[in-house]
Amino acid sequence: MNQHVAAKLTDPVRIQPTGPQDVVRLVNVKRRLGATAALDGVSLTVQKGEILGIIGRSGAGKSTLIRCLNGLERPDSGEVFIEGREISRLGERDLQPLRRRIGMVFQHFNLLSAKTVEDNVALPLKIEGRPRAEHLARAAELLQLVGLSEKAKAYPASLSGGQKQRVGIARALAARPALLLSDEATSALDPETTRSILALLKDINARLGLTILLITHEMEVIRSIADRVAVIDAGRIVEEGAVWQVFANPKSEITSSLLGGIRPQLPPEIASRLAAGEGAETILRIDVAGEAARRPLLSELSASVPGPFRLVHGGIDHVQQQPVGTLFVAIPGSDAAHLAAVIAFLKDRGARTEVLGHVAGSI
Amino acid sequence: MSPVLFELLLRSIWETVLMTGASGLISLVFGLPLGLALVATDRGGIAESLWVNRSLAAIINGFRSVPFIILLVALIPVTRLIVGTSIGTWAAIVPLSIAATPYYARIAEVSLREVDHGLIEAARAMGGNRWTIIREVLVPEALPGIVAGFTVTLVTLVGASAMAGAIGAGGLGDLAIRYGYQRFETSVMVAVVIVLIVLVCGIQWIGDRLVARLDHRG
Repeated sequence: MNQHVAAKLTDPVRIQPTGPQDVVRLVNVKRRLGATAALDGVSLTVQKGEILGIIGRSGAGKSTLIRCLNGLERPDSGEVFIEGREISRLGERDLQPLRRRIGMVFQHFNLLSAKTVEDNVALPLKIEGRPRAEHLARAAELLQLVGLSEKAKAYPASLSGGQKQRVGIARALAARPALLLSDEATSALDPETTRSILALLKDINARLGLTILLITHEMEVIRSIADRVAVIDAGRIVEEGAVWQVFANPKSEITSSLLGGIRPQLPPEIASRLAAGEGAETILRIDVAGEAARRPLLSELSASVPGPFRLVHGGIDHVQQQPVGTLFVAIPGSDAAHLAAVIAFLKDRGARTEVLGHVAGSI
Repeated sequence: MSPVLFELLLRSIWETVLMTGASGLISLVFGLPLGLALVATDRGGIAESLWVNRSLAAIINGFRSVPFIILLVALIPVTRLIVGTSIGTWAAIVPLSIAATPYYARIAEVSLREVDHGLIEAARAMGGNRWTIIREVLVPEALPGIVAGFTVTLVTLVGASAMAGAIGAGGLGDLAIRYGYQRFETSVMVAVVIVLIVLVCGIQWIGDRLVARLDHRG
């Protein structure tokens, strides 16, 4: 009886041992900002060496989440473990050494205008109280890593946006952190510079094995470098998984909407003519990923279920080396038995199929 | 101008420079920390304490609202306590400093407040404490404004020191009143005005040069 009560009283999440591979673990973190819940019970883990991308619309709670990880913001309830240590109730003084284990890159770079590039990069070491000779050696090393050695003596004002962010990254790495937080690091940059900054982050992740947690509102960023993605909406993680799987099979409305820009969509001129009931052609949406996308799916379909069909729109993309595709297919007529056979075949081959509707006349 | 008057002019220049320089230095030493305290203790500051903030602001406003000529007289007991006398150049430095310190504190406060909050946050994210933020972020980033504000304070002090003649402090303003105005020595008046213009322009020029060298904001 007593044992039973004791077992019930123990919070099951508390007794889960923190794996040595978890750099970050959040357990039911809540934080209110005024009347709204910025974080409404967020739990997630970031494993050593991975790149986790957190995506959401503005106001979804991304910034609050990332700021809870280095104690710039304090959760109202829940637990934040960094390298196995609970930090959400630490005082400012105890947080300071911890923050040196966490590098942070900002959307607006936040470089000090009064310091040269090398002094900006060396600032975390200065804060740590290391000797000046060490600062300069480390700054030189990092500036070489980010490809800005010749700018060591320049002031940030003379740099382009992309160069400033490279300095920001070098600075974040100066104290050899265990975790790098990236707060919309590419949102203020043009697409080409964004690609080069993301490539740099990916390279650092691969070369140094550095764990990276990044927040963004752009799926393109997630697709380029993240291993796993967590989708946040209204302070909750609504979806989480390997990037290619989430791309292939988005479960929530918000994920589909965020994917809208980079996944094939039915062209609007066809979408506007879709109707239920009967029509000259039936439009199908076929989603394939992984194994299903590696097979000669369409030629197998025409061999097994005779009858014409045509490809209207779509294609196969590669995310994390995995094929992920969406095809829009039009089948003449609206013969229910034929359609059922087509759908059954596709389902059998691991493709998700949806009848979007019918269109009258030709498209 | 007679050699006697010329010697008087030289002495007055020295007295003005001494009063301006000494009280300027004192206002910098006390005004800058006061400005920092105003920014740090304000809402969202690095050492938020609204009670301290409001009290400091009230004291500063109190001193700033008293006209200098009244402050000069009202502070006589304080001056006597600090300098030992209430008359002369050194005696004038006390009220000048007390007037300039809250003035400069407000000017420094404006520059410090303009420092991008993101920079403070970056320093915190690096594990910096309050002292680091003041030393590495607030003061260096606000330095062009701090120096420009100090230049403004010095020029204001040159003007204010003219009134110090009221307590026998001498200086250029006193010379102009007593010889140029009351004794109709127009040449003295003209010489004093020229010297004051050169002095003010010189201070401003040096200040502007310094700001240009310190400002890397692009």
